Amino acid sequence: MKNRKQLNVKTILLALVFMAMLGCERELSDEAEFATFSTTGEIFTDLPVGLGSDFYFPFLGSKATAFSVDESESYKGSASIRIDVPNANDPDGNFAGAIFRVDGSGRNLTNFDALTFWARASQGITIGEIGFGQDFGENKFQATRTNVTFGTQWAKYIVPIPDASKLVEERGMLWYSAGTNNTGGFGYTFWLDEVKFEKLGTIAQAQPSILNGASIEQDAFVDVPIELTGLTQTFNAGSGENITVIAKPSYFDFKSTDVDVARTNELGIVSVVGTGEATITATLANVAAAGSLALNVTGTFDFAPTPPERNSANVISVFSDAYNNVGVDYFNGFFNPDGQTTEGGAPPLNVNGDAVIKYTKLNFVGIGTFQDVAPLNTTDMTHLHVDIKVNESIDASDFIRLQLLNSVGNNETSGSFTIDANTLVANQWVSLDIPLSDFTDLGDRSQIGLLFFISDSTISEIFVDNIYYYK
Amino acid sequence: MNNSYIHKKTKALQFPSLLFVMLLLISSCETDDAQTVATFTDLVIADEFDTEGAPNSSIWTYDIGRGPNGDGWGNQELQYYTDRTENVKVENGFLLITAKEESFEGATYTSARLKTQGLFEQKYGRFEARIRLPYGKGLWPAFWLLGNDCDQNIWPQCGEIDVMEYLGDSPTKVFGSVHGPGYSAGEAETKEYSLPNDRFDTGFHVFGIEWGPEYINYYVDGNLYNQITPDDVSGEWVFDHPFYIIMNVAVGGSFPGSPNEETTFPQTMLVDYVRVYKNNRLN
Repeated sequence: MKNRKQLNVKTILLALVFMAMLGCERELSDEAEFATFSTTGEIFTDLPVGLGSDFYFPFLGSKATAFSVDESESYKGSASIRIDVPNANDPDGNFAGAIFRVDGSGRNLTNFDALTFWARASQGITIGEIGFGQDFGENKFQATRTNVTFGTQWAKYIVPIPDASKLVEERGMLWYSAGTNNTGGFGYTFWLDEVKFEKLGTIAQAQPSILNGASIEQDAFVDVPIELTGLTQTFNAGSGENITVIAKPSYFDFKSTDVDVARTNELGIVSVVGTGEATITATLANVAAAGSLALNVTGTFDFAPTPPERNSANVISVFSDAYNNVGVDYFNGFFNPDGQTTEGGAPPLNVNGDAVIKYTKLNFVGIGTFQDVAPLNTTDMTHLHVDIKVNESIDASDFIRLQLLNSVGNNETSGSFTIDANTLVANQWVSLDIPLSDFTDLGDRSQIGLLFFISDSTISEIFVDNIYYYK
Repeated sequence: MNNSYIHKKTKALQFPSLLFVMLLLISSCETDDAQTVATFTDLVIADEFDTEGAPNSSIWTYDIGRGPNGDGWGNQELQYYTDRTENVKVENGFLLITAKEESFEGATYTSARLKTQGLFEQKYGRFEARIRLPYGKGLWPAFWLLGNDCDQNIWPQCGEIDVMEYLGDSPTKVFGSVHGPGYSAGEAETKEYSLPNDRFDTGFHVFGIEWGPEYINYYVDGNLYNQITPDDVSGEWVFDHPFYIIMNVAVGGSFPGSPNEETTFPQTMLVDYVRVYKNNRLN
C-alpha cells in the first residue's frame, strides 16, 4: 500500500509537469505581445462602469439631455439608465440618440459573444436602433439591431457580436437612436439596466449575408466604385429566435473571382479596375455569406458633358445634376397597352452619384409632369436642352423625335421636333439646344405635361441626361 | 476527441497508470464527456458508426412512411420517413439522420426513423448515445425506447421511455419522459434539462438512462437530473419487460408546431455512438 501511494504522488508530480508543458494556452513570444486592453464587460450596473468621465455623446439634432441615471428605477440594484425621448416638436431636438464611448483606450471584447441589457419602457414602443461599435471615429465594427420592441415590464435583450475576434480594442460600448414615428410624435421614457458584454454561450448558427442575401447581376464601369449594402449577421439565440444585426463591412472578408476586374476593401467599397466579369462574395468568421454581386464590366462610363453654366432663375430643370430639378411623375410612363416596348428610367441609373437615364428597347417613352406634380410653365423659356447618347450604330433612316404635350387630356395640344440621323453620333454624347418655337403646333406651353422620346424602334438603346428648359 | 470517453472507460485501464494520466492530460483540452452517474459497465451492444454507408442491418431497421394510420405517427407530423441515403447514412464515424424539405409521397418533408425492433431488445440496463442535435422551429428529434409488446398491449400500455427529446426552437433544453397507462402524451411523467451557457446543436452531448427494477435514472453528460420510480407515475409501472431503441428526427406536428420561414433545411442529427450495457446489479 505504501509503495502504491508513493507512485501516486510521483504520478501527480509528473502530471503537473505535463500540465505545464501541455497547457491549452499558447504563450506569445515577447516580440508579439499585444498591449493589454481592459476585458471588462460591464457598461452600466448602478453606475457607468469604466467609461471615464466624458462618455456620452448625443447625435446632432437629438435632445442632448435625454440621458440621465434614474435612482428610483432599476431591474437590479439601485439605478438604471433613463432615456427621455422628446416630443417631435421639442425645439431642443426631436429624437433621442447618442453613443456611450469609453473615455480612454478601448476594451478587448474578444471573449464575449453579445451585448446584453435589460429594458422596459413607459409604454410599449419600438426603438429604431440600438447596438455597439459606434465611436464617432471609423465605426468599423458597428453592429446594430433595428426596430427592437420594448414592453412595460423588464425583459432581457441581446445584440449578438457578429465576430468577436475583431473587437481587440473597442471604444463604442453602446449606442441608440429613438424617435416618435410610431407614437404620433409623443415622447416616452425607457430604461436600460445591467448593460454589459457577456459570453452567453448560446449564440450560434451564424447566417451572414450581403446584399440582403440576394444574388445580383449588373453592369459596372471602370473607375466607378460600388458600395455593398445589406450586410447582416444572423444568429440563433438560446431562446430559439433568430436575431439579426446590421454589421459593418469590416466584419466580413470579401472575395472576387477576378481581382483584375473588381475588388472590395474593408469598408465594403467595390473598386472596378478592369474590363471583364467578376463576382464578389463574402465570408464572416469563415462562414459563407448569402448573396453575391456579379459584375459585367465593359469599359469606362462615358458621362454626359457638363451643361454650360446658367443662372438657375432662367432654368426649369427636369433631369440634371447641374440644377435643382422639378418634381416629375415618372421617367417612364410604361404605356404598354399603347404598344410601348421601352424599358429603363424607373428609376434612372445612379453611376457613382451621377444620375443618367438609360432607355432600352426604345420605341417611345414619356416623362410625365401632369399627374401628382404641377405641369411646367415654360412660357417664358426659349429652348429645350437635352443630351443624348445613342449606344449603337446609326443608319441614315434612324431618328429620335421629341414631342411635347401641353395640358394633357384637357384641350391637349402637342408639337414635335425630329432629331435626324445626321445630328446623332453613334456611341457619343450629343448636346442639343432646341428652340421651343420649333415644336410646331404646340402653341400654348404653359402646362407642359409630357415629353416623349420616339424612335419607332429605329434606335433601341440611348442614354439621356441634362433635360431642362431655359431662356 | 470523440473517443476520449471510451479510452478512459475501457482501454485506459490496460495501460500503466502514468500513461493513463498522460492520456487524460493530452485530452484535457477537450470537453470531458466522462460521467460518473452511470454504474453499469458491462457492454452488451454498441454501434460506433465506423463503417461508411447504410447503418448496420444486424442492429437497425426502419419505420417507413407516415405511420400505420397515415396520420403522421399519431401526431400530425409532416415528414415521410425513408431509408434512403439522403435521409440516413453513416459517414465519417457518425450516423446522420437528415430531415429534408422536399415533396415526397404526398409529404412536404422527408426524414428517417431507425429502430432495433426484433434485432435488439433488452429489459433494464444502461442505454446511452452521444448526439449533436439539429435546430430550428418544427424539428423534433428523439432517442427513445418502446416496449416490444405494443402489438399485444396497445400503447401506452406497452410503455415508452424517452431518453432524450428536444425541440429545435429550444436549443438549450432536452427532456426525458416515461409514458404508460394513465400517464401518456401530454400527461407523461417528464423532466426538462437545461444546458448552462451552451446549446445542444453546436456540440456532442451524451444522453442516457440507467434502468432497473422500479427506477429509471436520466442523465445528460455527467449530470444525473431525474429519477423516475413507480411512486412518480399515476398508473401502472410497465417497465419490466424488453424494450427496443428508436432514433428519429420528426418535422412538425401537433407537439413542435410547423417549421417557420426561419427554419433552414436540411437539418441533420449526428450520432457518434449508441451503447447499451446490462444491469449488472441483477447478477
